[in-house]
Amino acid sequence: MLYETSPTAILIFAAFVIGVVGLSFFLGRKGQSAKAYYAAHGEVHWFVNGIAFAGDYLSAASFLGICGMIAFHGYDGFLYSIGFLAGWIVALFVIAEPIKALGRFTFADALDSRFNSRGIKLAVAISTLVVSVFYLIPQMVGAGDLIVPLLGLPHWVGVVLVGVAVTLIVVTAGMVSTTWVQFIKGSLLVFFCGILVALILNRGLVVDAGRDSGANLAPQVRTVRPDGLVLVDGSPQSREHDLRPVGTIASLPARFAGKKSTGPLGPLEYLSALEDSTIVTWSPTKRVDAEGTHVSYTAVERKGADLLKPGGYFKGLTSGKLADRLDFASLMLALFCGTASLPHILIRYYTVKDAAAARKSTVVGIAAIGAFYLLTLFLGLGAMTSGALDPTSSNMAAPLLAKSFSTTLFAIISAIAFTTVLGTVSGLIMAGSGAVAHDLLENVFGIAMTDHEKVRYGKLAAVVLGIVAMALGILFRSFNVSFLVGWAFNIAASANLPSLVMLLFWPRTTKQGITASVTVGMLAALAWILLSADTYEKVYGWSRDASVVPFSQPGLVTIPLGFLVLVVVSLLTPPPDRAVSRP
Amino acid sequence: MTRPDQPGSSRLGLGLFWVYVLLYGGFMGIVLFYPDLLSIRPLGGVNLAILYGLGLIAGALLLAVVYMVARSDR
Repeated sequence: MLYETSPTAILIFAAFVIGVVGLSFFLGRKGQSAKAYYAAHGEVHWFVNGIAFAGDYLSAASFLGICGMIAFHGYDGFLYSIGFLAGWIVALFVIAEPIKALGRFTFADALDSRFNSRGIKLAVAISTLVVSVFYLIPQMVGAGDLIVPLLGLPHWVGVVLVGVAVTLIVVTAGMVSTTWVQFIKGSLLVFFCGILVALILNRGLVVDAGRDSGANLAPQVRTVRPDGLVLVDGSPQSREHDLRPVGTIASLPARFAGKKSTGPLGPLEYLSALEDSTIVTWSPTKRVDAEGTHVSYTAVERKGADLLKPGGYFKGLTSGKLADRLDFASLMLALFCGTASLPHILIRYYTVKDAAAARKSTVVGIAAIGAFYLLTLFLGLGAMTSGALDPTSSNMAAPLLAKSFSTTLFAIISAIAFTTVLGTVSGLIMAGSGAVAHDLLENVFGIAMTDHEKVRYGKLAAVVLGIVAMALGILFRSFNVSFLVGWAFNIAASANLPSLVMLLFWPRTTKQGITASVTVGMLAALAWILLSADTYEKVYGWSRDASVVPFSQPGLVTIPLGFLVLVVVSLLTPPPDRAVSRP
Repeated sequence: MTRPDQPGSSRLGLGLFWVYVLLYGGFMGIVLFYPDLLSIRPLGGVNLAILYGLGLIAGALLLAVVYMVARSDR
């Protein structure tokens, strides 16, 4: 769909970006030590850190991806919400306090705290970079998706804009500015999503006004010709001749017989009424011939009860095939285990003063993140029935839902979504920056650095990572962002969690065991993903049947593999010297 | 169990962790092996899939608050 540029949207968007970048420059004017750059002096208040956790964690995948997946596929998007939040239980009850006590600047510091091993530092630094890059891709893709309707600019401009803004945020004041950007973003995101849900419930469910004519249900065909020209139903696409927005209600439950609207509903009433309604969703069918690539969108009436149970996106849950079910189980395991293994989340524990503050900030984070994920269900369902969906872009569901209420709200939500990307990407760049400068250059390659040089190299690494992020965001633009984040969780959980857990709970863990576990876990997960049916189809454009692994999500195999490798290698190598190994 | 010579998670924390693992695992078990159960509507006309999902999110928050209160003196 083509979008009309809104001056209000541009104004609010510009204010947000200028505000957060300006804040970074202000914070960066103060002198900077390595501890300030990498860990915000270790003096961030636990409440601020808790909300910053939310700002760090609630990425484009959470906001744009989940809402879009619920809007297009129903309940299955909410499974991501459940899995993403469940991971925080591991973080709170198992990881939070020990990781604070063991580490200094980076995740590698914690894993290497007992051993002083270059092997551990090298393996963990590389795994941090790999996870961060995989997590960066969907954030940058989301940024590009937002810029198209918001400013009417091409996708790549959004990617470059985020890349430049985030690089500025990180290089000006490092973790100090990153923390405050994430705090502001986390607060705004939860607050405005709450407002949006209140509006959804107040509007209730409304039957599509154009339904009686039947015009709104006619199929739509979008063709991209070899020369790049886009046709809609055979004629060149323009503002006047474009795809129609979709996502409507065909009929309300019997208790609203004769009415076109339910009026305001409570949260459970809303869900109950939706289950008993009939909803119009749109199925795409792709065809390629000499004239171009044609995607035909066809209206399908579906019962709400069918959309509000699993199986709409994860087809394997209803296919009966064991491999499909294992694929789903693997993803949910990776989401559960992945959160506490994400380097950009773990480094936030070094910004507070002690283990108690780490614990309290995690609880605040869970409260904010949990509240947001409760809201995602209503946001997604609200978008599904808003009549405002772009059939070509699931990632735009939440902003377009806001547009169905008012252009101003659309501008605000889009700008917040943009800061959502800024907050998460700045955390990822910080994690990567620490991995390069602190772990690799200083600790692995033994480059002696003054405090000032540690900061300088960290900033240099941030610039390089920012450029890499921009390139990847442009290359992967057609992916659903939740799908991509699932990969990052799988790699993080497979590479990092086994070592972290065993270091805390198994005294026989050796440095060779940790190094081998991180390396094997990361490579196995990465190799599995690259050989999976999803990657064959969506990245290489090959047949799914050619894939050599039985299901696409690797966690179910590669997380236990990480534990197994650690145990076997530890048992085969000399036990750690207790005198050295005590913290 | 936590090693006695290291900073670690509390026994209460690990206990609450396993409580949540059971709740989460139970949900996954139903989704994978008894999906028809998710269509029943035990409360307010809302199906079990949604109620269990909302409950897992709210339950995480509840356990977190219990943990914070119990460890508030440390």
